[in-house]
Amino acid sequence: MTDDRGAGRRSSTATLTQARDDARSRADTAVEAMPYLPPASSPYTPADVDPSTLVWAETVAGPGYTHMTVARGTRIRLEDVTGDACAHVVVLSALNPGERLNVADTQKIPWQAYLGAGHPLLSGDGRVLATVVADAAGGHHDAFCGVTTIAGNIERYGAGAAHTATAAGRELLLLAAAKEGLTPRDVPPSVSFFKGVRVAPDGALEWTGDGGAGATVDLVAEMPLTVLVANAAHPLDPAEGYRTGPVRVHAWAAAASSASDPWWTATPERTRAYLNTQQHLLARGIR
Amino acid sequence: MTVTWATYEAEYFDRSEPYVQGAIVLDQEIAPRAGWSAPIRAGHVLTLVDVGGNQSGDCLIYDASDHDVRYSAQATLAAQRNAYLVDGSVLRDQEGAALMTVVGNEVERQDTIGGACSKESNTLRYGHHTLFHHACRENFLLEGAKHGLGPRDLVSNINWFMNVPVEADGTLGIVDGMSAPGKRVALRAERDVLVVISNCPQVNNPCNDFNPTPLRVIVTDPAVAA
Repeated sequence: MTDDRGAGRRSSTATLTQARDDARSRADTAVEAMPYLPPASSPYTPADVDPSTLVWAETVAGPGYTHMTVARGTRIRLEDVTGDACAHVVVLSALNPGERLNVADTQKIPWQAYLGAGHPLLSGDGRVLATVVADAAGGHHDAFCGVTTIAGNIERYGAGAAHTATAAGRELLLLAAAKEGLTPRDVPPSVSFFKGVRVAPDGALEWTGDGGAGATVDLVAEMPLTVLVANAAHPLDPAEGYRTGPVRVHAWAAAASSASDPWWTATPERTRAYLNTQQHLLARGIR
Repeated sequence: MTVTWATYEAEYFDRSEPYVQGAIVLDQEIAPRAGWSAPIRAGHVLTLVDVGGNQSGDCLIYDASDHDVRYSAQATLAAQRNAYLVDGSVLRDQEGAALMTVVGNEVERQDTIGGACSKESNTLRYGHHTLFHHACRENFLLEGAKHGLGPRDLVSNINWFMNVPVEADGTLGIVDGMSAPGKRVALRAERDVLVVISNCPQVNNPCNDFNPTPLRVIVTDPAVAA
């Protein structure tokens, strides 16, 4: 959760001059969870990324949230810094937020329930919003369980409000959505990165743990995209306490998927999804 | 529309009867390929009858007084820690509270993973020649519009009588159903709810045996003698 250390009265604030000096003296403080501006100044720029291409660099507290609207072709890397984070993600078309992540189609169309490298995040409109283009988390992801709720977290941890140390994922997604001009009805089922669940033969949802400290997943925006991220404990996390850690975000200008990418032709269903997306953008003059 | 042999009532149809006895509040048939919706009062029990067998009934549920409160497949599955709906499953809203409870179920397991078919997703699954096939999303949008609902109100739904197994490697999909004519599922409303059902028109996969047939909806009030 947000680190408030360092806040509070530091010096006399009786006059406007004193108060202004006090306020200004608070800047340039480095804490664990904060955005890096300009993005190229990120102290954690991935080794394989040209800093000058960065468009978004941030460490998101656990629990915490972030959100951004990015251009088509933006590549977004999420990192589970300590192995304790869970990034719950919703993506929506920035052209029309009624077109948003459809978890059922995301599982059904590729005939695959588990997210991994090459998996498309599909909208309900037969198009690809984003593609999971790299998975260095060993497939420890989940599309079945969604986020925790405030009522559930109050019952399990004693608190679930967004400003508490045991914030519910749902509360954080609602805030991220609101900042993008969206309302609760714009927050559909989500996908969860860095914490895994598998379905047993009898249907039981079984916990498979995490991808370890430093696990990453890369998404590529296939259209102008609004990204909502809630970093909050997974609903099935068996840890006794609320398990969380920071999520690092780096996004840079790259390329949307093309027919030369293996996932474009991985299955006939996916090929048609990319073709639909391509035509949708072509008609709008977006390349 | 194209009229086929399946358009006509067949001898094997079984319209069954309410799963839970009580005064009949509503008794309607949802024609093949059609949408349907109705408010269901708290305590009333909705029995859905698979009249022709293996007919998917795509279903969404909303709080009657606040449509922003709606069924959440994820909250439902996470709470029961199981990917399938069975007798006793509590159908929850996105905040985890109960909307309805499965109080009777005559099929081995019910699906809430597979989602609804749409014209658009048909193009992915079966090719662009299927774009103009009628689909559940059309029914949801038109039926929902009667209640002020739109695309932003559509979420992962339930598919009564549809069979979506998940294999060990994550392979999932729609296979032949486990239902039969006259099989039922019964849902008790835990508060006043709006239920929207699409009698699935899909003819490109086994969710309807490639043969859309009617569904019967009976709502009973167990507190009042039949």
